[in-house]
Parts: sequence; structure tokens; C-alpha cells
Amino acid sequence: MSILVDENTKVLVQGITGGFGGKHAQLSLDYGTQIVAGVTPGKGGQTFGETTPIYDTVEEAAKQTGATVSAIFVPPPFAADAILEAVDAQLDLVVAITEGIPVADMMRVKEMMQGSKTRLIGPNCPGIVTPGRGEDSHGGCRIGIAPGYIHKRGNVGVVSRSGTLTYEAVYQLTELGYGQSTCVGIGGDPINGTSHLDVLKMFNDDPETEAIIMIGEIGGNAEAEAARWAKDNCKKPIAGFIAGATAPPGRRMGHAGAIVGGAEDTAEAKKKILAECGIAVSETPSDMGKTLVGML
Amino acid sequence: MHLPSFPSSAAQAVHHVMNIHEYQAKELFEKYGVASPNGQVAGTAEEAQAAAQAIIENGGNSKLVIKAQVHAGGRGKGTFKNGFQGGVHLVDTAEQAAEYAGKMMGQTLVTKQTGEEGKLVSKVMIAEAVDIERELYLAILMDRETCRPVIVASTEGGMDIEEVAEKTPEKIVREFVHPLAGLQAYEVRKLAKALELSGEQAKQFGKLIKNLYNLFLKCDCSMVEINPLVVTPDGQVLALDAKFGFDDNALFRHPDIVAYRDTDEEDPREVEASKYDLNYIGLDGNIACLVNGAGLAMATMDIIKHCGGDPANFLDVGGGATKEQVSAAFKIILGDPNVKGILVNIFGGIMQCDIIAEGILAAAKETDLNIPLIVRLEGTNVEKGRELIANSDLDVITAESLNDAAQKAVAAVGA
Repeated sequence: MSILVDENTKVLVQGITGGFGGKHAQLSLDYGTQIVAGVTPGKGGQTFGETTPIYDTVEEAAKQTGATVSAIFVPPPFAADAILEAVDAQLDLVVAITEGIPVADMMRVKEMMQGSKTRLIGPNCPGIVTPGRGEDSHGGCRIGIAPGYIHKRGNVGVVSRSGTLTYEAVYQLTELGYGQSTCVGIGGDPINGTSHLDVLKMFNDDPETEAIIMIGEIGGNAEAEAARWAKDNCKKPIAGFIAGATAPPGRRMGHAGAIVGGAEDTAEAKKKILAECGIAVSETPSDMGKTLVGML
Repeated sequence: MHLPSFPSSAAQAVHHVMNIHEYQAKELFEKYGVASPNGQVAGTAEEAQAAAQAIIENGGNSKLVIKAQVHAGGRGKGTFKNGFQGGVHLVDTAEQAAEYAGKMMGQTLVTKQTGEEGKLVSKVMIAEAVDIERELYLAILMDRETCRPVIVASTEGGMDIEEVAEKTPEKIVREFVHPLAGLQAYEVRKLAKALELSGEQAKQFGKLIKNLYNLFLKCDCSMVEINPLVVTPDGQVLALDAKFGFDDNALFRHPDIVAYRDTDEEDPREVEASKYDLNYIGLDGNIACLVNGAGLAMATMDIIKHCGGDPANFLDVGGGATKEQVSAAFKIILGDPNVKGILVNIFGGIMQCDIIAEGILAAAKETDLNIPLIVRLEGTNVEKGRELIANSDLDVITAESLNDAAQKAVAAVGA
């Protein structure tokens, strides 16, 4: 089953004519993803690669191709606008890969999205992968920038703020012989569209997902909120890891959202809360896969 | 600065706090109509004298204060390395202002917050000294839980707000502002009441907070904190000191704020790193890290610590790092005398393993690398990357997994 996307999902790419967007659109196509359109205002009528049509607007692209999901690779000054255009076109899902969108822009986007049917993932996220069943998991849906080959189709749901740390967890699972239902990178920005909790709920309801890995980091209370919900509501075993135990307080460690604030914000405090809620906490990032397998 | 920790939905959505000087904050206040005492910045003793003269003539008030401009608190109690005491002084005449400016300018001020090295003073600010009847606290932050700006106010100004939050949290009020509708009049009235301001003072406060909120949005601030916000005996409401944080992501649309950056006040390694768009934070350990992705970079530091080592830095080369950036990263890392070994941990998504390999090899050659180099590659183009490393004549310790890499790094450095 997987969540949000699968091998049948039709995806359009906003910003496909940019170097970054183009490169990853091609990698997604190589993976077997159904990239059915690209959108770049002013470049409608052109073709990306062999056969992917480019349109001026999301509305037209969706109408002509039946795309229901957008991947956004538009640069920061224009990305918030791109998100809103996709929402306006009534897409089911928007995955905003772009890093560097001003916080105030995202604040306004979130407010304007109230009441819409569109789910936003990101921004500043690695994207989402539902692995395929072919060789090296070919044939799945890869939206974003994750390396496809590390995945394997299976039953573990992965949700994380970080990109590369997600790949680490996924790779560990694959090496241990445990595949993934869907891997969701929610991104590192403080204001984003989808939280750990949102994804946990989806995994909880997904028949194909039997266990979950949740990866978090210092800053904010998203992981604690998710853990507390999981304690009373989640039927599936969860393993977790929180990055940033070594981060000095008060400094932003890369991700806009990763800064130690108060007492509940530290890696130690979060790990404690997770453990209290029945989540198996991996002490090191190299044991995430093993920790989950240990619960099964 | 360490932000107050408020209960549950409070605001920790702070980005990198690019500090600005007091006189620059004052410029912003003047531009946006946030009332603060008359003041002027000076770069020489002569300028200080002229500034003092101008303020005296303007306001008719000859009670002035001269303040050393450094990105640190505790200036009043600090000491200059030339022996002169105190980075903040009251002065009565323009000549006295010049005299004190002469003693401060070009000197290094050491305060509780600067560390032993202290900070070089290249500017001073001359301002009207104000009599203080009440000290209040006022801040605006971005709250990540509600995704709204939040105005934080307290009658307990002029002290450590963290302490207030701990001991008397009921004395702190928060007003969340609708991001599209903006600050409403009734919200301003609520805040004034909470601050026990009425009549003319409430009016002045109203103007100040509206303008401050406007500044906060227009400048894409992540934080602005006024502590203290003072009420003078004659009923003026003035911002006496301010700390700003700006959203890094928005600086592209604020060249004037970027121009405020004082690289003299920052860690030179971090300044160098930012020139190459690298995300670098220096720490105290001896195992340098070069990683792609903030989460993995933090996790790499964590596992080094776990294996008994001590990371020398946080360094995220990001996804699109070019050979030049990787090379620059290497040089910055090696500029740290504490570094006894380098751990490169790359899981390529955007980052391509062959690019990083090329960068590593180039950098190692250029810097004549003679300390252990541990490389762990995985992800996009991994085979090409590993091949490049294997085929080079460089002495590289390769690792398969994250754990393997950390253990090898710690062993190589001989922790």
C-alpha cells in the first residue's frame, strides 16, 4: 500500500528546466517514477528529455496529464509562490525540495493553505520515496533527491527531518534485509507542511507498514508531540534517533530549525521522552536499523 | 544569545542570529519610527566630540552616555586591555566624550561575554543618558508551533528573562499575531495593559510596538528583543537596548542588512566558510568532520563522541558542493590547530561521491596533508568515488559504515 505516493502516482516537476530540478527529474525517471510533466512559466511547449512535456502553468499541466503531485525545485525567491500555485491547482500533494525559503514566506503560505485539500511536505526536504519492486528497488516513486538504489520495498515506514540521515537509516534497513513501505523526509525548516506526527498517523493507518523509524534532531517539540500521540495510539513498533547530542546550545546547526532552545529541546531530553513513550531509542546513528529490528 | 524557554508553544524558531551593533540597531529603529534615546555613532575622538556637541545642542540635555560598540553584553563592567575600566560611561561635556572615546577606540574590551580575548572597539556610540523609572521587556519572535509571530512582553525588564520565565512565568504575556491580518489595535491595548501602561504612555507604547512589528516583518527578522524598554520619569517610552536576529534565508532581499555584518566580530573560520557558502561551526575537539547534510553532520559528531572522540567542528558541505568548495572546506578545517584527523562522511543524494572524491584528493595535495584522513562514501556515484580514492596515491583510510568510520577516526587520532 505505502502512503502518499506509489508506482501509479503521476508527478509534475516545477522548476524542471533548472539544473537542479532537471537533474533530479531525470534520476526519478531513471528510477521508474511517472514524471508526466514539467512546469516553468514561459517555457511551455518545450520538452524535457525525450518525452516529458513542459507547461507554463501547474493548472494546465495537471489538466493535460492527470498529474496529482508536484515536486518543487524552484529557487527560494519564487518557491513560496510555486507552492501556492500548486495548491490553487488542487493537487493532492506538493513536495517542496527547495532550501532557503524565507520563514515569513512559509508563514504566509501555511496561512493561505488553510482549508485546502493539498498536503504540503517540506520545504527544505529530501522528498519522499516509495520503493519499487524491481532491481535496486526500480519501479517505485521517487520524488526529490534521495539516491534510489539504497531502497528496498518492504514494510518499514521511515520519517525524518534530515535527508542524508534518512538515507543512512534506509541503507541500514536494506542491508539488514528489511525493506521500506515509504520514506518521508519532512525537511529541516522550522515552519513546514507536514510533521512527524502527521506521518506517524498515516503509517499507523497503512496496512503495508508494520514498523516505523522516526528520526529527529534538536530544536522544537515535533518529536515529543509525535511520541506522546504514539504512546496511546500507535499500534506499530517505533524505533527512533535524535541527532544533535553534541550540538552546543544556542547555535544553529545547519537546519534552520535545529537550534537548542529550552530544556525540552536537547537531544537528551527528546530521547528520554521518546523512551518514556515506548519508542526504542537508538543511541547512535549507526544502530537505527538494528534498533528497529530488535523490536520485531 | 540564548533565548528564553517558555512553556509548550513558545518560540524557538530562531535562525542563525546575525548580530548587529547597537548603533546599527538604532539606525533601524530610526528608520522605522521606534523611539529610542538620541544617539550617534563615532569612529574617532573628534567624531565623538562632534556627536556629543550635536546631541547636547539638540536636546538641551548635557547628560550623555558613551558606549563601546561590540557584539557582547556586560560592557559596563568590562575592562580594556590598556587598563581603562568600563565600556560604558556617563559624560557631561563634549570634551569628556572625546577623551573617553580616545581611551576606548582601537582598544580591546574584555567582558564576561567576550571571553579572555576580548573584542576590538572601532566605534562608540554617544547617546542621551535617560533617567529610568520603569524597565520593561518586549520582544517579537517567530513561533514555530503556531507558525505566527509572537509578541512577548513583561513588566520585569532589565534582567535575565530566562530567570523571569523560571521564577515568575505569570509575569510574561504573549500575543500571537495573525500573519496576514497583522497586529490589531485590541492586541496593542492588551499588551499595554499587561505592561501597566496607561494614558500617554500607552499611546507611545502603541506607536512603538506597531512600528516595531512593522520592522520585524519588513526586515525578515527572526527575533527582535528590547531589554529594557524604559519608561522615563517624564513619561517617555523608549527602547534602550536591542538585539536582533535575521532570517538567513531572507538576506538575499536585504542587502542593507547584509552590509551591517561585522566580520571582525565573528570567528574567522566561520567568516571564511560563509564566503564559500559552507556551513561551518568551530568546536573544541580534534577530529574534524566534513559531511553532507545537517542531520548527518550532527549525527556524525554524535557518533564520534560516542566512540570516545571529540569533534573539532560541524561542517555541512551541502548538496551542491563543487570541487572548489570541498577544497576550501578542507583548508578551513586544517586552519584549526587542534585538528589531528579528518573524517569525511558523505552519503550522496544531491552530492555526488566522485565530485567529493576529486575535491578531497585536490585539497589533500594542495594542503600537503599529513594527518590521518578517514573517508566513508555512500550514495550517488559511489563506485566512481571509491575508485578515484583507491587509484590515487593518497594515504586514505576508507570505511564502510558510519560506525566503522567513527571508530577508525578515533583510533587514528589516538584519543
